[in-house]
Amino acid sequence: MATLGDLERAVMDVLWSQNAADSEETGLTANELRDLLAQTTADGADGKELAVTTVLTVLSRLEKKGLVQRGRDIRPHRYRAVTSREEHTVELMHEVLGSAPDREAVLARFIGTVSEQEAEALRKILSSS
Amino acid sequence: MFLASYLLAALAVILAWPAPIMLSRARWTARSPETALVLWQAIALAGGLSMIGAMLTWGLEPLGENLLQGLRGLTGLLLDDSPAAGLDLIHVFALSAALLLTVHLVFTLLLTYYKIRKQRGRHRDLLNLLSSPSADSPRTLVINHPAPVAYCLPGGGGSVTVLSNGLLELLSPEELQAVMTHEKAHLDQRHDLLLWAFAAWRSALPWLPTSKLARTAVNELTEMLADDHALKTSDRETLVRAIAVVAAGERPQPGAGAVATGVGDPAKALLGAAETETFVTAHRLRRLLSPVPGLGRPAQSAVLLGSALLLAVPTVLLVAPGLAS
Repeated sequence: MATLGDLERAVMDVLWSQNAADSEETGLTANELRDLLAQTTADGADGKELAVTTVLTVLSRLEKKGLVQRGRDIRPHRYRAVTSREEHTVELMHEVLGSAPDREAVLARFIGTVSEQEAEALRKILSSS
Repeated sequence: MFLASYLLAALAVILAWPAPIMLSRARWTARSPETALVLWQAIALAGGLSMIGAMLTWGLEPLGENLLQGLRGLTGLLLDDSPAAGLDLIHVFALSAALLLTVHLVFTLLLTYYKIRKQRGRHRDLLNLLSSPSADSPRTLVINHPAPVAYCLPGGGGSVTVLSNGLLELLSPEELQAVMTHEKAHLDQRHDLLLWAFAAWRSALPWLPTSKLARTAVNELTEMLADDHALKTSDRETLVRAIAVVAAGERPQPGAGAVATGVGDPAKALLGAAETETFVTAHRLRRLLSPVPGLGRPAQSAVLLGSALLLAVPTVLLVAPGLAS
């Protein structure tokens, strides 16, 4: 439990697995989340208890980033992941593989989008030599 | 000043149209990507300067003999309501156009920067959740995806190289090393700044041939630079194989040997395709498969001198009439 980044990952992992298991999609309270986190990190190095306030800080950061939804109609508030891990992976890879016009400026790929003609010629080079 | 404004306009037209078309077709650029990049930057800067300068000097013509007098006249006009001697509608129009273009270029540059930063930030947030740090190399993240991809995400101090599982399975350790060195070169040489500037240039003036050609060329030249950097530590064959394997998305059948350098009909087919289209990957492979010696020192110096002249000419045209008088 070193950095906020690690905590964010841990929280999202719990929420994602909860999303998959929970068909009603009611989400978790910060307290429940803390308990689940304590279970998954029980064999951690320091074994220190995580404060609920820390969990809430992480949750509000994740909410700002648009990754977590907060149900405000009942108290305590219940949190759930906006979409599944898989869908986020799709979003990420779409940015990498897609042909968005500004993509080259955002990230530089080792091999850009290759046309079918180009790929075919490359395969022939690889197999013939 | 009339003469200066017409000369600036002529220069602006040349830099917006024939010059970039010629440069994008030139073959020598692949032999010296660094100098070609300098020349592209000079063309863009001098082009913008002469476009704005032409309208500015033309619009200020009634107000003074040279740029300085004209500007002084204009400030007097705006601040003290001194009589608008000879400044009719068409000159006001030219001045407004110069001002608008300047604001437009600066604003687009900033807007593009903001957009890129935002997209990178979002990408980084997702990466932090979905990837894991590589066990072998620092500043490297591994993302669990079957497609073989490698890319770098610049971000000042926090820049990272990202590899996919698919890529790690596909490439040998030597090939992977070549890919990593290639990506590291992008980050170390801050190619993102160049790509940012030319992406902004493109979205500011999308109807100009120069902005589109420049962007494609700059993108390709930075890839070539990174390839050259990778060649310092990896041999040519390894890099070629890495590019071909990643681009094709598969390894050659077992039993097939290494990629021979510059032989075979498919190689010709590929090079043929490279003639007609702007295939970055094909261009990169062509220059790796049939290496041509780099541009000689005299030629490189000539290109650099030409770039300096390109910047000097519009500057002199703007300032010189004031110095002479």
